[in-house]
Amino acid sequence: MNKLSTLILGALYMIVLSTLLLVVAPYVQLKSVQPTPGLKPYTEQQQRGRYIYMREGCIYCHSQQPRDIKQAPDFKRGWGRAAVPSDYYYDNPHLLGTMRTGPDLFNIGARQPSVDWHLSHLFNPRGVIPGSIMPPYPYLFRVTAKTQLGEKVVTLPSEFAPKEGSVVATEEALDLVAYLLSLDRTFPAIPGPAEGQQ
Amino acid sequence: MNESVVPLLAATFFISVLALFVFIWAFSQNLFSMDAAAASLIFAEGEAGTVEDPAATPDETRHLQAASHGGAGRTAPPAASEAELRERSELDDSTRVAAFVWISSAIFWLIVGSFFGLSSSIKMHSPDWLAQFPWFAFGRIRPVHLNVVAYGWTAMAGVGLTTWMLPRLLKTPLMGSGYSVSGAMVWNLALYSGILAILLGWTNGLEWLEFPWPIGVLFTFGGGFAAVPLILTVIRRKVDHLYVTIWYCGAALLWFPFLYLVANMPYIHFGVEGAAMNWWYGHNVLGYFMTPMAVGVAYYFIPKVLGEPIHSYNLSVVGFWTLALFYGQVGMHHLIGGPIPSWVVTLSIVQSMMMLLPIVAFFINMRNTMQGHYRTVAYSPTMRFIFFGGVCYILASVQGSFEALRSMNTVVHFTHYTIGHAHLGLYAFVAMIFFGAIYFVMPRILNWEWPYPKLIMVHFWLVAIGAVTYIAALSIGGWLQGLLMLDENHPFMDSVRVTLPYLTARSVGGALMTLGHIIFALHFYIMVLRHGPQRSVAAVIGLPSLRGDVAGAKG
Repeated sequence: MNKLSTLILGALYMIVLSTLLLVVAPYVQLKSVQPTPGLKPYTEQQQRGRYIYMREGCIYCHSQQPRDIKQAPDFKRGWGRAAVPSDYYYDNPHLLGTMRTGPDLFNIGARQPSVDWHLSHLFNPRGVIPGSIMPPYPYLFRVTAKTQLGEKVVTLPSEFAPKEGSVVATEEALDLVAYLLSLDRTFPAIPGPAEGQQ
Repeated sequence: MNESVVPLLAATFFISVLALFVFIWAFSQNLFSMDAAAASLIFAEGEAGTVEDPAATPDETRHLQAASHGGAGRTAPPAASEAELRERSELDDSTRVAAFVWISSAIFWLIVGSFFGLSSSIKMHSPDWLAQFPWFAFGRIRPVHLNVVAYGWTAMAGVGLTTWMLPRLLKTPLMGSGYSVSGAMVWNLALYSGILAILLGWTNGLEWLEFPWPIGVLFTFGGGFAAVPLILTVIRRKVDHLYVTIWYCGAALLWFPFLYLVANMPYIHFGVEGAAMNWWYGHNVLGYFMTPMAVGVAYYFIPKVLGEPIHSYNLSVVGFWTLALFYGQVGMHHLIGGPIPSWVVTLSIVQSMMMLLPIVAFFINMRNTMQGHYRTVAYSPTMRFIFFGGVCYILASVQGSFEALRSMNTVVHFTHYTIGHAHLGLYAFVAMIFFGAIYFVMPRILNWEWPYPKLIMVHFWLVAIGAVTYIAALSIGGWLQGLLMLDENHPFMDSVRVTLPYLTARSVGGALMTLGHIIFALHFYIMVLRHGPQRSVAAVIGLPSLRGDVAGAKG
C-alpha cells in the first residue's frame, strides 16, 4: 500500500473492468441489432424536431421506455408495449429519460395524432390539460395580426388565446410536432435482449 | 443471450475472480497490515492528542480540546515537533495558490448553481414563471444547474481540497502547482462555454453529459492537468506510506479523465448502447470521482480535528478497494425495466447491494473514531459539517442500495424520490463535507481567520434545515407519485397533482440552502479582502492555549 504503481494500476484495473462490463459488453451485444420491422428512419424534419426536443430538455420530465406489463401498468396507460433495443435503431443519441413528471412519450404519436392538439398544448399546456405543470413554449410561436397564406394558425381555447391577432406556429414548432407524431411504436416487438423480454 | 457476449463475460468473470485472489493473497502477505504509524502519519510527533480546527474561535478550541481529550491537552509539544510544525506551515504555503484558485472558483459556481437550481424548482410548480425567455426555459436551466453544481462546485472544491492536502500527506512541497492552476483555468473555461451552449440550445442531449463534446473535452484536459501535481509530488514524497486519503482522492483524479474521455468519444455510441454508456458514466462520476474525494477528505479532517488517529486504518483501506471494485458496476440500476440486456441490469443490482460493504466499513470506522467525541460537533465548525456529511453518506448509500432492488425501484424510478436521493448524496453528504473542510483550510491558505464565526453557524443551520426539508419533501412526494403511477385506476394527472405541495416545499428548502450559500460566499469574500474584525493569528498551528497570548500578535 505504499507504491504509486499500485495506486495507478489498481485504479486502472477497476475502471477497465467497469468499462468492459457496462459499456464494451453491451456494445458488442447490441451492435448487431437490426431495426424492429415497421420502424422507419426519421425524416429530415423529424430529425430537426428531435433536436428541439433535446434542446428544450424534454428528457428531464418525459421518458421513452415503457416497462413490461408484469412490472408496471404502462401498457394500460396507453404508453405501449415494453420497449426493446431494436426500437431505438435510429435513435442517436438515445432519449430514454429518467423522469415521468409527465407521461412516457414512446407512443405519443399514436396516442395523440392531432397536429392541432400538439401545437395548442405546446403553446400552453394548461389550455388542453387542466392542472398540467408543463412549461409553455411561447417562443415557438408568433402572434400576428394578419396571417399569411401557408401559415399554420393554432386553435386555442378562448381564455388562452391572445386578445388581438392570432397565434401562428413557427417552423420549429412544426418540426417538434413532426417528431412527436413520429413516436409511434405500435408494431409488435421482435424478441430481443431487453428487461421486459425475460 | 447474444453469443458474442459470452466469451467477454467469461473473461471479465475470470479477471474479477483473479482480483479476489490477489486481494486474499495481499491479505495473507500482510500487505494491508499497517500499524498505528500509518494512521498517525497526519500528526507531527507528539501532536496526536491535540485538537485542530482553524475555523474555531480560541474559546471553542478550548472546549473542543476538553470534549475530545477531557483536558487542556498535552503540554507544549517537544522541540522536534516544533520544527515539524514550522515545516508544515511551509508545506501549506506551497499549495496555497493552486488550492485557492480551485476553491474560490468552486464557491463562485456554488452561487451560480444555486440560482439555477432554485429557479428550476420554482418553475416546477409555477410553470408560467418567466417562460417567455428561451434561455431561461426549465429544460435548459435544469441541466445548467446540474452541470454547474456537479462540475463547478463539487468537482472544483474536491480538487482544491485534494491539492491542499497533498503536501501535508506526502510531507513534500507541492510539485507542478502551475499545472493545477492552468487546469483550473481550462476547467472554468469549459464551464463558461458549456453553460452558454446549453442556454443557447446547443447540447449533447445526454444527462450528465450535456456539454457538447468539443467543449466537454476541455474537462479531460483540465482534470488531467489537475492530476499532474499528484503524480509529481507522490514521486518526490518524503514519506514511505501513502495515507488512505491519497488513495481515495488520487484515484478520483485518475479516474475522471478516463471516464470523461470514454463517454465523450464522438461517433462511437449508438442507440441503447448509448444509454448504457450514459449511466455507466452518470453513476461513475459520483462513485469514482465525487464520493471518493469526499470520503478521502473526511478521512483526513475527522482525525485531524479530533487529534486522534482513525480507529481502524485497515478498514478504511478495505473500504477503498471494495468501493473501487463495486461502485464502478452499479450504473445500470438507472435502467431497470428498460430496453437493456437483463444480465447487465442484474449485475448492477447485485453490485449495488455489494456497496453495503464499503459503507459498513465506513460506518464502523466513523462510529469507533467518534466514540466518546460526539460533543466535538458543538465546538468545531469543521467537525459539525463533516459529521453531518458522514452520517448522510451512510444514509444515502444504504438508500441507494435498496433503491436498486427491483421491488423498490418499480415504485421510485421516474419519480422525484430519485432527485431527493441525489441531493442526499451529492449535497447532504459531499457538499457538507466540503463546506467543513473549506472552513478548515481557508485560514491556512490566507493566513487570516474567518471574520465572523457566527456566520458559520448561520450557514450550517440554514443549509442543514434546507437540505432536510428538501430531501424529506421529495422523498415523501416522490413515493406518493410512484404509488399513484403504478395504480392504473388513477389517471396520470393524479400523480402530478399529488406532488405539488411537496414541490413547493422543495423550493422552500432550496431557498434556505441558497441563502446559506450566499452567506457562506459573502463571508468568504470578506475574508479574502481581509475585511472584518481581526481575531487572532491564524497561521500558527497548534493550540492557542499552548502558545501564550496570541491575540493581535501578527497582522
